[in-house]
Amino acid sequence: MSDATFRPATEETPLARRLLITLVVLGLGLLVLAPLVVVFVEALRQGVGEALASLTHRDAWAAIRLTLTIAAISVPLNAIFGVAAAWFITKFDFRGKAVLITLIDLPFSVSPVVAGLCIVLTFGANTAIGGWLVGQGYPIVFAMPGIILATMFVTFPFVARELIPVMIEQGRTEEEAALTLGAGGWRVFWTVTLPNIRWALLYGVLLCNARAMGEFGAVAVVSGKIRGQTATIPTTIEMLYQEYLSVAAFTLAAVLALLALVTLLLKTLLELRHADQLAATHRH
Amino acid sequence: MKAPLIHRSPMPGLGLSMGITLTMLSLVVLIPIGALLLKGASYGPAGIWETVNRPRVWAALFLSFRLSLVAALFNLVFGVLLAWVLVRYRFPGRRLLDAAVDLPFALPTAVAGISLTALYAPTGAFGSLADQIGWKIAYTQWGILIALIFVGLPFVARTVQPVIEEIEREVEEASATLGASRLYTLRHVILPMLMPAALTGFALALARAVGEYGSVIFIAGNIPLVTEIAPLLIIIQLEEFNYDAAAAIGIAMLLISFALLLAINLIQVWSRRRIGHV
Repeated sequence: MSDATFRPATEETPLARRLLITLVVLGLGLLVLAPLVVVFVEALRQGVGEALASLTHRDAWAAIRLTLTIAAISVPLNAIFGVAAAWFITKFDFRGKAVLITLIDLPFSVSPVVAGLCIVLTFGANTAIGGWLVGQGYPIVFAMPGIILATMFVTFPFVARELIPVMIEQGRTEEEAALTLGAGGWRVFWTVTLPNIRWALLYGVLLCNARAMGEFGAVAVVSGKIRGQTATIPTTIEMLYQEYLSVAAFTLAAVLALLALVTLLLKTLLELRHADQLAATHRH
Repeated sequence: MKAPLIHRSPMPGLGLSMGITLTMLSLVVLIPIGALLLKGASYGPAGIWETVNRPRVWAALFLSFRLSLVAALFNLVFGVLLAWVLVRYRFPGRRLLDAAVDLPFALPTAVAGISLTALYAPTGAFGSLADQIGWKIAYTQWGILIALIFVGLPFVARTVQPVIEEIEREVEEASATLGASRLYTLRHVILPMLMPAALTGFALALARAVGEYGSVIFIAGNIPLVTEIAPLLIIIQLEEFNYDAAAAIGIAMLLISFALLLAINLIQVWSRRRIGHV
């Protein structure tokens, strides 16, 4: 390896390396790691007891339950969509495939606030569909279905986007072989396709879930932020923060930050152990 | 002969997978976006223009776009450096740093928003330091810039990293053999190879920043004409039940997003053609 006397022509000088590493560590430290640390520092400012006490408050508890419920509904639905879309796109040849993929990716380039606005304009009480649904006793906006729709909108591409490249790479030969041997459609899916895509599916679900539990902009627009009813963890954090209940706000924030850390840990583990079964862009 | 719409295939599940895909895509994404466009159409181009062509709306759109551009440019440079250091150098803590790059993707925006504010407010750890030299960060455009840099940070690094991994050492060796200095090789050999991916990441970071809401509103101060971002203006209009105006601003933002999406696709087509030639 390189030492003081010999340096390959394809490497930077040791000084340049040290400078670049320092720059990057400093930049990431100040911009990314410091905000993470601050969440926990602010939450524990008045001690662990105070922080835990704020979590047991009725509104905080209701927010946690609501967020878990919403993730439990919207994430599986998006996983089903992702698998169906990936199957449709990779197992069949049809015209307009590129357009379909672009449309699936669309939510990533739409502002969450605009996403929420779209849902309000479609299902709000003053629209044709929304008005009719309210008349039937099923309000969408300012109620749980609206929050679920908004959450699904912003997390829509996660699973499909992870599965499509993986399934393109794996091709159709294994499924074709199973079909030739007489297996039915569902059997092919459960015994051939699913084992091949399970890690990629888990990866997509993981990212989808993290975003679903943390979504703020889209949910803020559609939820109406009714305490104890339609306030999710992120919108409750906003309300507490604006009432200067700093410890309570940062404690709920710390709960979400812990979720983010667990997500990153699992994601890194998946990348380390199953890199060959994940989409190519994640390999490093 | 004209190609059929859907080729015949022995694969099972065509109806089911197509049905789920198209139904859910329509229900969750297409119909809502269509409703926004329809609202805009009924409001009319003149109505949209009248809403957008007000100082407060222009100021918000211009602010969102300008600061997003600056943040994305910062992330373009920093992201390429970050990717290079993470792929090429070995040092203690590299894995941790690599994982930390994804933190802005994983950390909910509201959490990032309040913690950045706590850090950069005049009473915060960094804010008080800056305050001593008279530099106010939180509740000014600097604060918005920092939040936008935060949310866009991973994009360039993550698009460029795989490209750096693919670079063959022979290219750099050849360049060095021909007498190029290391700096010359980096600038004229390596950098052009990274450019298409870096630009894709840049456009993604820009698109994300233009629409960002959660991490910005806490640190921004939200003063009309000065630190009020476009997404916040939509929410203000909605709270006043001013749906037409909210739709008009939403459509203006949607058009900016679509323009960026088009740019991303053009960059990818262009880079594919370029790589094809090499």
